[in-house]
Amino acid sequence: MPNTLIKIENMSKTYQMGESVVHALRNVDLTINKGEFVAIMGASGSGKTTLMNLIGCLDKPSAGSYILDGIDIHSLNDNELSDIRNEKIGFVFQSFYLLPRTTAFENVELPLLYSTNLNLHQRREKVLQALETVKIAERSHHFPNQLSGGQQQRVAIARAIVNQALIMLADEPTGNLDSRTSVEVLSVFQELHRNGITVILVTHEKEIAMYAKRLIIFKDGRIISDQINNNQRNAAEDLKNLPKEEED
Amino acid sequence: MPLYAIFQIALKSLLRNKTRTFLTMLGIIIGVAAVITMLAIGQGAKTIVDDQINSMGTNVITVMSNMFNRSAVRSESGSSSGLTLEDVENIKDRFNDVLYASVLVSSFGRLKYKSLNWYSPVMGVDTDFQFIRNYEMEEGEFFTDNDVRSGNKVIVIGTTVATNLFPDESPIDKMIRLRNVPVRIVGVYKSKGQSVAGGDQDDMVIAPYSMVLGRLTGRWRPNLNIFVSAVSKEKIPKLQTDIMNYLLETNRAATEEDFVVNSQTDIAETSNRVSNTMTLLLASIASISLLVGGIGIMNIMLVSVTERIKEIGIRMAVGAKKKDVLMQFIIEAVMISLLGGLLGILLGAGLSKTLEHMMKWSISISTWSIVLSVTFSCAIGIFFGWYPAKKAASLNLIDALRYE
Repeated sequence: MPNTLIKIENMSKTYQMGESVVHALRNVDLTINKGEFVAIMGASGSGKTTLMNLIGCLDKPSAGSYILDGIDIHSLNDNELSDIRNEKIGFVFQSFYLLPRTTAFENVELPLLYSTNLNLHQRREKVLQALETVKIAERSHHFPNQLSGGQQQRVAIARAIVNQALIMLADEPTGNLDSRTSVEVLSVFQELHRNGITVILVTHEKEIAMYAKRLIIFKDGRIISDQINNNQRNAAEDLKNLPKEEED
Repeated sequence: MPLYAIFQIALKSLLRNKTRTFLTMLGIIIGVAAVITMLAIGQGAKTIVDDQINSMGTNVITVMSNMFNRSAVRSESGSSSGLTLEDVENIKDRFNDVLYASVLVSSFGRLKYKSLNWYSPVMGVDTDFQFIRNYEMEEGEFFTDNDVRSGNKVIVIGTTVATNLFPDESPIDKMIRLRNVPVRIVGVYKSKGQSVAGGDQDDMVIAPYSMVLGRLTGRWRPNLNIFVSAVSKEKIPKLQTDIMNYLLETNRAATEEDFVVNSQTDIAETSNRVSNTMTLLLASIASISLLVGGIGIMNIMLVSVTERIKEIGIRMAVGAKKKDVLMQFIIEAVMISLLGGLLGILLGAGLSKTLEHMMKWSISISTWSIVLSVTFSCAIGIFFGWYPAKKAASLNLIDALRYE
């Protein structure tokens, strides 16, 4: 299947917590194709964040195999995993994780600094393009503490896509945002998705998940439901219906 | 990841905490400045001592009598000083290793030219003295053997005397009065600067000893010293012993304590030993402050690692490798210490220059002291930066990212 981006087979993850062993993931099988928009749902502790860490190569599974874009992740060393994270994966976190006292521009530039030999001009081009995509370019020289939550999350999204990532992994990206800003961020995701990026959204909110095309529900480290979302909402449409707020 | 990018990242991190970076750097700045200044002072002192010793002449042996001091009976006016003019001739004739020998009769006198007065020490010497002490002439000539034989009333003066008595004219061939005796100036010798003891070697009148003994000292017979220059440095110790033995032979009443036979090498060695010890002492005190500065860097870097755990997590999440993080922290530490080192050199140079100005010393900052401090501060950066950097690089990614 040339279209397969993520192929996870029989993956397990256990943590040692003092005396007891925590089974965060139990024999999970999951295939995600290029260009999908997947929402992974579940209560806290259901294993969805663990799965995201594993998909994002932030962590290694205890058992099972993981093929990402045709590469067997299991065989890679730390440095190669760093390259995978750098080149193929973009992360968006609940609390943004921007470097403090660092401008939006420099935050977005960060993955490029750890990347191949781009010159200053090429880097600048890419950063401005990414900032343009999430419509925050005019704030590029602001520090995180000068930006609203929604703006900070946009900067984080720009950072995720600046290196032409294949996959956007978003862990509760709207957890710290009000409902209107949440829909705004989701509209950015939907637009990126339309442009061909695979988006994996981890959330515990049903309404947020409804903006995805495919819904996967986790419980106790297992997938209990995996179905196509027939009622996908359009964030751009919803935004028009929401009462306007003045941006600060 | 290209190295320049790590430099850029490290630089940005440092700039984000300007005050902290500067305060950390201050330790290194002060340390390096102290080392540079101390070494410069040591070097300067050494140069001065070397110059002073060279100004004494080459391979010089001085022979002095202690008899004046040792016995009240002998110190009566007109009594023997222990050393005689004959001794000079004998020493010159007997020992092949003697290149030059001259008597030195010390006196003093008021100089008077027109309305100007000046009070100077007077040295009565033989013509050999010029070669023993390496007198070079600024103007005119040294007096001749004939002048010495005939006791001619001619003198050679130092530049201090010249400038004070002849502010606007050449002193050559001018007649002046020395203790009311009219004398003619035949030469001015080139400046020799300060002596080891700190006196002005240019405030001096040099005259034929015969003239000094005949005209200036009157009834009072002054103490005679003998200056000898050996043919080579190697011959000095043997010549010292020979001269001492000769003196004991000819003065049967005397003991070894009655004469002092000093060589320039003795003085040079002692002075060098003293200045080396001083330099070492100063430099080791300064090094301690450099070490303390280094520990300061380690402390700050350790705090910085803990403070930036989350930052490290974020960096790793977007693709930083362990070695990138390691390099970043080491380079941060090296940048602090290297930049501190460079600023320290500037500060040290400034301090040395100020001291030079204040103390009228020629303080020289040697290249090796700069190389040493730059290397040392780099080494401090790597050494004290390594441990915190290692700690940062070995953080678990997930833990670092979730660290609150």
